[in-house]
Amino acid sequence: MTMEIKVGVNGTERSADVEDRLLLVHLIREVFELTGTHVGCDTSNCGACTVLLDGEPVKSCTLFGVQADGREVTTVEGLMDGAALNPIQAAFKEEHGLQCGYCTPGMMLVGAALIERNPEPSDDDVRWAISGNICRCTGYMNIVKAIQAAAREKASAAESVSEPANA
Amino acid sequence: MLPSRFQYHRAATLEEALQLLGTHGEDAKVLAGGQSLIPMMKLRFANPEHLVDINHVEGLAEIAERDGHLHIGALARYRDVIASDLISSRYPTIARAVPQIADPLIRNLGTVGGSLAHADPAGDMGSVMLALGASVVLTSAGGEREVPIADFLVDTFTTSIEPNEVLTAIRVPEAAARSGGDYLKLERKVGDWATVGVAVALTLSNGSIGRAGIAMTGVGLKNLEATDAEASLAGAAPTDEAFAEAGRLAAAASNPVSDVRGPQGYKRHMVDIYVRRGLAHALETANAA
Repeated sequence: MTMEIKVGVNGTERSADVEDRLLLVHLIREVFELTGTHVGCDTSNCGACTVLLDGEPVKSCTLFGVQADGREVTTVEGLMDGAALNPIQAAFKEEHGLQCGYCTPGMMLVGAALIERNPEPSDDDVRWAISGNICRCTGYMNIVKAIQAAAREKASAAESVSEPANA
Repeated sequence: MLPSRFQYHRAATLEEALQLLGTHGEDAKVLAGGQSLIPMMKLRFANPEHLVDINHVEGLAEIAERDGHLHIGALARYRDVIASDLISSRYPTIARAVPQIADPLIRNLGTVGGSLAHADPAGDMGSVMLALGASVVLTSAGGEREVPIADFLVDTFTTSIEPNEVLTAIRVPEAAARSGGDYLKLERKVGDWATVGVAVALTLSNGSIGRAGIAMTGVGLKNLEATDAEASLAGAAPTDEAFAEAGRLAAAASNPVSDVRGPQGYKRHMVDIYVRRGLAHALETANAA
């Protein structure tokens, strides 16, 4: 069976006629051709396939594409602000938050969702948030640093925007 | 990994879901959080021909106290349970268990009701609900029935739910004035299944134990209630000796197997340790309540 679905993908509505059993990760990679979302373990363990579903991180290998109908999906490609890097992307670059890069899209999306609701995450907060994402290079120290750096950058950017209004 | 072919049905209302189950019953599965069902389908351990998605049914995500019970709706997700002030302030057995289930991404989708309906002996919620003396509400087109969790969990991956029923809610007896609880989980790494898990719920009455609930995860063919240990504590003074006896009785009632997570004797020993430790902590929380 197939089903006609409409999904918000990084702010743009996309439609597709998909087989009921198609996993969300394959919908994203093969139908929408956004290959920044990776397939890792394919068993709900590693988090390489992490995307944001209505802003919350989920494992796209453990959801069917048809379940995303009418909802908003954010992939790593959606983090870019035009040609500019999102603070989380800039921080991963600056703090050497990646080695092989395979887990990086998932790590960045989880980090972006975390700092959205927790502007000053502690080490524990970050480690807790990324506990469903595995970095097989074991580069966790710098991943934690990068997410915290992005939080600081985001906070100071918000401050500099709000300053003129306060003045 | 692709599951077998199936037909996806999105139920807009509970009535529609029940009607679909009435028609497709034996060949259908209910999709809630999907965090156990979808992996099982990908491995082709589960091959339903029809999937009835209840995620769009309104009113099933409630977490509230009424009629002397804590009511947890079928679509209450683990992250909702963690965020609930009601649960964190009054239901320590649940509050301690849920953050230890899987990982944050899975907890964003996974549900308490789904975990119970899945009936994995390594699942944590079955033990929690056994210790709390909870029941589940099973709804069909013909009406609803309430089944004690001990009767609901029949065997590994097997419950007493009928093919035309949906688990719509969990009902937990409202927390008594002086009650406490704990959930201890031994795991190799964050997000792993329990090597051993122990759920404890304790209610004090005039300085002695009124009710004790103890149940175990990962040490039998289903979540096991340690009924001898519970009986030994009812009416007893909450002493280290009483807790040690309960630990011994619970360990004797456990039936673990040696596997990659550890040998049988080690697991049984950890049941003993965790029951004692959990009861001691439950007593502290009950005294503080």
